[in-house]
Amino acid sequence: MTQVPNNRESAAEQTAPHFIEMRGISKRFGGVRALSDVSFSIHAAEIHCLAGENGCGKSTLIKILSGVYAPDEGQIVLEGKAHSHLSPAASQRFGVQIIYQDLSLFPNLSVAENITFGHQVETPVRLADRQAMRKRAQAVMQRLNVSLPLDALVGTLPIATRQLVAICRALAGEQARLVVMDEPTASLTHQEVDALLATIHELKRQGIATVFVSHRLDEVMTIAERVTVLRDGRNLGTYWVRDIDRRRLGELITGHVFENVLKPPFPGKEDPVLEVRGLSCAGQYANVNLELRPGEILGLIGRLGAGRTELALTLFGMNPPDQGEIRVNGKPVQLRSNREAIRQKIAYVSEDRLSLGLVMPQTIADNTVITVLDQLTGSMGLIDGRRRAQTIDRWIFQELRVKTNTADRPVQQLSGGNQQRVVLAKWLATDPRVLILDSPTVGVDIGAKAGIFQVVDTLAARGLAILLISDEVEEVLYQSHRILVMSSGQIVGTYDPQRVSEQELREIIYA
Amino acid sequence: MPDSDLSFKAAFRRHDVQIASIVVIMVVLFSAISPGFLSASNVVSLLENYSVMAIMASGLLVVLISGGIDISFAAIAAVSQYLVATLLVHYGGNWLVAFGLAALFGALLGVVNALLIYYLKALSVIVTISTMTFYFAVLMFVTDGKSIYDLPDWFTADLSLFGIPFPVVVAAVVLFVTVFFLSRLSIGRQIYGLGGNPEAAKRVGCNLLGLQCFVYGYSGFTAGIAGLVQAHRVEEVVPNALIGRELDVLAAVVLGGASLLGGIGTVSGTILGILLLAIVLNGLTLLGVSSYSFGFVTGLIILLSVSATAYAAKRQQKRNVRHAH
Repeated sequence: MTQVPNNRESAAEQTAPHFIEMRGISKRFGGVRALSDVSFSIHAAEIHCLAGENGCGKSTLIKILSGVYAPDEGQIVLEGKAHSHLSPAASQRFGVQIIYQDLSLFPNLSVAENITFGHQVETPVRLADRQAMRKRAQAVMQRLNVSLPLDALVGTLPIATRQLVAICRALAGEQARLVVMDEPTASLTHQEVDALLATIHELKRQGIATVFVSHRLDEVMTIAERVTVLRDGRNLGTYWVRDIDRRRLGELITGHVFENVLKPPFPGKEDPVLEVRGLSCAGQYANVNLELRPGEILGLIGRLGAGRTELALTLFGMNPPDQGEIRVNGKPVQLRSNREAIRQKIAYVSEDRLSLGLVMPQTIADNTVITVLDQLTGSMGLIDGRRRAQTIDRWIFQELRVKTNTADRPVQQLSGGNQQRVVLAKWLATDPRVLILDSPTVGVDIGAKAGIFQVVDTLAARGLAILLISDEVEEVLYQSHRILVMSSGQIVGTYDPQRVSEQELREIIYA
Repeated sequence: MPDSDLSFKAAFRRHDVQIASIVVIMVVLFSAISPGFLSASNVVSLLENYSVMAIMASGLLVVLISGGIDISFAAIAAVSQYLVATLLVHYGGNWLVAFGLAALFGALLGVVNALLIYYLKALSVIVTISTMTFYFAVLMFVTDGKSIYDLPDWFTADLSLFGIPFPVVVAAVVLFVTVFFLSRLSIGRQIYGLGGNPEAAKRVGCNLLGLQCFVYGYSGFTAGIAGLVQAHRVEEVVPNALIGRELDVLAAVVLGGASLLGGIGTVSGTILGILLLAIVLNGLTLLGVSSYSFGFVTGLIILLSVSATAYAAKRQQKRNVRHAH
């Protein structure tokens, strides 16, 4: 681990007038120091990213700005006027609007009602005039140059559209001058991120500053003008994005130097453990061919909706194909259910770990053995406690080194990275030959990502065949021996990571 | 605008339309089989019989929309009914005083629910089951279960407005007031918002304590009125006469499309829900079917309605998934 030098405090500070300045902010929660002496300034109409790993103090800083918390030390200076703390009302009066990660919209109300909700709250007994409400919403939409179905219920809209509703609502109230977005892109596809970006630029054009919190480096690099990096409650500096590259930013955020090293060409000569010939499923994918050898990491990349996940589900027996052949160890198999896939020693780590991968309130131990309960039952049909303990010890503590002192904690208390390790442990306990990883690092911060890929490399070195599905170009490029690009349900090319650059790959995928 | 954008809203309307068409079919069916069914006297007595239920349902609907539930309203109705009757018997009074007192007692007991739920951060179902038991037990203990028969004459005398019985008029007024604030006042939007996403409502700055006091207070208020109207109708106050009505009212409101998860429900749906139950049971009575079958029929209707709603939601979900890909 190399400590990142911290000397590039940028000249970015002096150029524009200070609009909002937070000076020497410290905040403790009990014995835990959340922020130590953080200074942070926002220029009028700028696009500023607040980056850092989970628990680095981003949300605390935002909550101090929005008036939810009062700092223990430090000042908040709004256009030259110093405050020891803000109230939520004062923060809003100044024009600070927060869009939380969950968007805080009302799924059962219409778009127009959501956008104008703040107006309803001002006084409880006012006639809710639908016509006026629609006009108000319409005006905000026009300002932002977006078009939304005013009468549609928000619960029926896709996430990206809801995001726009939330932005409209932020602008509908008192004159907004700063919009803070907490992880606005966490669940958006690339095209949707582009649309969001256009909206953020529109805000800028109208003199409204945007602060967004993110740990997706790609987006920080494309959207932000300046970026402030927090680590362990300290400010590591504010940088112009044009002066910094992605790798350096990653280093600042984690405090580790990441060397992106391409994998050497895959040496394995063994027969493929998984072969797919002419596999088709109407409306999802067509004529897919692939082979995967023991110890190989095969990257499968494509946009959302390219058919990646559908293909993965077929290989895991949950989405029977219309045509084609799947061979495991050279023998044709019919995978009609996931039980059959598990019997063929295929494991699948789903994209949506939170809702599909884990039983959140249950313990780490119970989550780990759920896939192998039948192997752990003894002659009486009872679970063999000793073998259960062995399984848990092996996978949770020895192999995947989940950060916990006991396996009896509920999974929901773990961080995203550690949760993902538990999901892996659960599937590895089935002793698979083929491991399908569907977007294994979604919602996991960059430090934890590196840890997960270390595990993946170790597994591959031991002869496990891995199919790595992702929409992050960098991830696939540096983690795979071979890359398949999927587009509109077809495999459109096979690439050797040694012979294709990140930029080329990006162009192929988003062409 | 693609159709699917509006499908949620359309689904509500569909629910209203479905129930309404079943109501119409039932009316046609029963009037064909039993000529007395559509007679003025039967229609009027039908409405009168269900007016108390409609008054209580208005309050419960508002609580359900806000994301809570109130099991205690029948007990509140019984307590305030007894209190008001005792006061009227002792001190005399008029309709204005009677309504004022009933509304006051009901609303106060409702606000107690709200305060308990808010400050204990407890589930509304648990709190209101407890207060139901408590209110009713206190009533029985204090009164020894004695009924009040010597109600003032002005109180028990038949009243009507343009030939419409007094209970039906009161129910209509309560339903109208409910529609008005739910759909026309900003507090109504806030109640729907609170039920749809409580965390968001808090963040947007809704006064949660105030909203809950209003919602449960309104449920108590309607319960107080309902208790009064019921005493007027039956010309006596029996402490345990209203107990056991909770689930019937809840069933009618849910049948009318209100969601137990909050955020969804309309007065029109509730009226249709009550009408449907009322018509089916009345029709069966006219046909001379044993009253023992009523529970069976009510249960069946509710099961069918819940299944239909769940099935529609499932299909909707499937469509959304396909949409996303």
